[in-house]
Amino acid sequence: MDRIVMGKPVISGAAEGLALVSKEPLSLWGGLNAYTGEIIDRRHERSGAIVTGKVFVFPQGRGSSTASAILVESVKAGTAPAAIINLKLDPILALGAIVADELYHKTVPIILVSREDFEAIQEGDYLEIAPDGTITIRARQKE
Amino acid sequence: MTVKLNEKDKRMLQGEYGKATKLAMSILVRMAEVYGAEEMMDVALAHIDGVGLLSEASLEFAETLATLGGRVAIPTTLNMVPLDIQQWEKWKIPEDYAHRALRQIRAYINMGCIPTCTCAPYQGYLTPRFGQQIAWAESNAIVYANSVLGARTNRYGDYIDICAAITGRVPKYGLHLKANRRGQLLLRLVDIEPAWMKSDTFYPLLGHFLGRTAGDKIPVIEGLPAQVTDDQLKALGAAAASSGAVALFHAVGVTPEAHTLEEAFQNEPPEGVIDVHPDDLVAAQKELSTAEADAPLDAVVLGCPHFSFTEFQQLAQIIQAQGGQSIHSGVQFVVLTNQLTLSLLQRSNLITLLTSFGIQIVLDTCDFHCPILHSETKVIMTNSGKQAYYAPGELGVQVALGTMADCVRSAIKGRVVRSETPWTES
Repeated sequence: MDRIVMGKPVISGAAEGLALVSKEPLSLWGGLNAYTGEIIDRRHERSGAIVTGKVFVFPQGRGSSTASAILVESVKAGTAPAAIINLKLDPILALGAIVADELYHKTVPIILVSREDFEAIQEGDYLEIAPDGTITIRARQKE
Repeated sequence: MTVKLNEKDKRMLQGEYGKATKLAMSILVRMAEVYGAEEMMDVALAHIDGVGLLSEASLEFAETLATLGGRVAIPTTLNMVPLDIQQWEKWKIPEDYAHRALRQIRAYINMGCIPTCTCAPYQGYLTPRFGQQIAWAESNAIVYANSVLGARTNRYGDYIDICAAITGRVPKYGLHLKANRRGQLLLRLVDIEPAWMKSDTFYPLLGHFLGRTAGDKIPVIEGLPAQVTDDQLKALGAAAASSGAVALFHAVGVTPEAHTLEEAFQNEPPEGVIDVHPDDLVAAQKELSTAEADAPLDAVVLGCPHFSFTEFQQLAQIIQAQGGQSIHSGVQFVVLTNQLTLSLLQRSNLITLLTSFGIQIVLDTCDFHCPILHSETKVIMTNSGKQAYYAPGELGVQVALGTMADCVRSAIKGRVVRSETPWTES
């Protein structure tokens, strides 16, 4: 059954895609290849995963000031995630999404959710995000 | 819109100060909304990180602002840039890359930025004062400015830095306000011998642990010796801002907003207390060092963040103690620094000693943003927690973390060697 949760849009927009879920914070610079969409932080639990087109669900951005530049570049290169869902705001990610919008009129919606809703999203669930922050979670079909 | 703008802010936003200022102000106002800031405030200095990475968007953003007539309103320094400006031709840097990098640097200089080109701006020109409101980007510089100097900046990222420089304004929020600089977590050093704190590896390891544990909270460290050096605090902060989102730490009896524990916590109780044991440092060492002991070594990288003159003096002393041995033929030994420090070196007599040992001094840039390491490099060694943290992902190499002396000895041997320390496992 679908589950609907209310998130708080930091950067609002409509998006949908499969959930790529991690419990670990990530710095996009040193963490994401903007040209391939691959998570390249070799110490990160999702090292090697591709974020492109996915709804990337992780607790929070961290680390480098260059993370905003990586997000802008990935939007330009077409490798960005469809949306980002975080527990806590990393202003540097929001900045990247805003600059991408100002420069290219394309962005990555960023939604904050409660811990409970964060835990409810499973890898491979299909998520639909509305501009007001409503997230529809379609649970992954069990094989 | 909920943020209150003054008359000048409004005129900037409406384009009365030109298109570049208008673009800068719209980005700032949108960020103010994200932060939930109620108003904007003045900043006195800016430091630009956005010049460091060369990408299509970074060049386009810089040139767009410069072409639209962007001009900084406050003294603004530049972070490291995508290449060594004067001697980039020494490395196999594609010409197209070099020309685009030089265009990017020129765009920022044309907007009035001061070409300091360093990621350690706090050890050079235009050091912020205690309590001064500034807009700094570059994670290690942010944590140093806030913690060690007591200047006030948020964790600014690429592109908002130049917006703040052009307008002289930022959202009034976060670490600009004294109440938000209150310590949150107490970190007590337990069973850590004072002698350990003299080793340069102690600081990146503690920093790495700090970042992992504190995330984006403000840690207060109790137990650091009052004699801790600026370079040690620089290493600590750089590591903490890599493994975590630490933008400010206090160290009781060391940093300027923490003369006492009570001052650091602004007379409130800590949200949590964490004891740091020797085991935590052993774990940090393991996490940061991916290379096997004794692995064949391809490169040593020092100067992340950029090497200071004092660090060069230390390095020279270590080299002198090696009795005339030089670097193994297979090893590239790179020290990253800036033009200001090089000028001091040229006035001292250290430069001959360093270069005849085989050291390459790289100015303005770093190995993450500029391809200065040989393409076949597989294993590097460093004394920097930040370098060790990012190298596997950014460079696709294995990395060994050791003291500066270990780096020199390993470079001579051509293999990773580490002296016995409490946190190296044999």
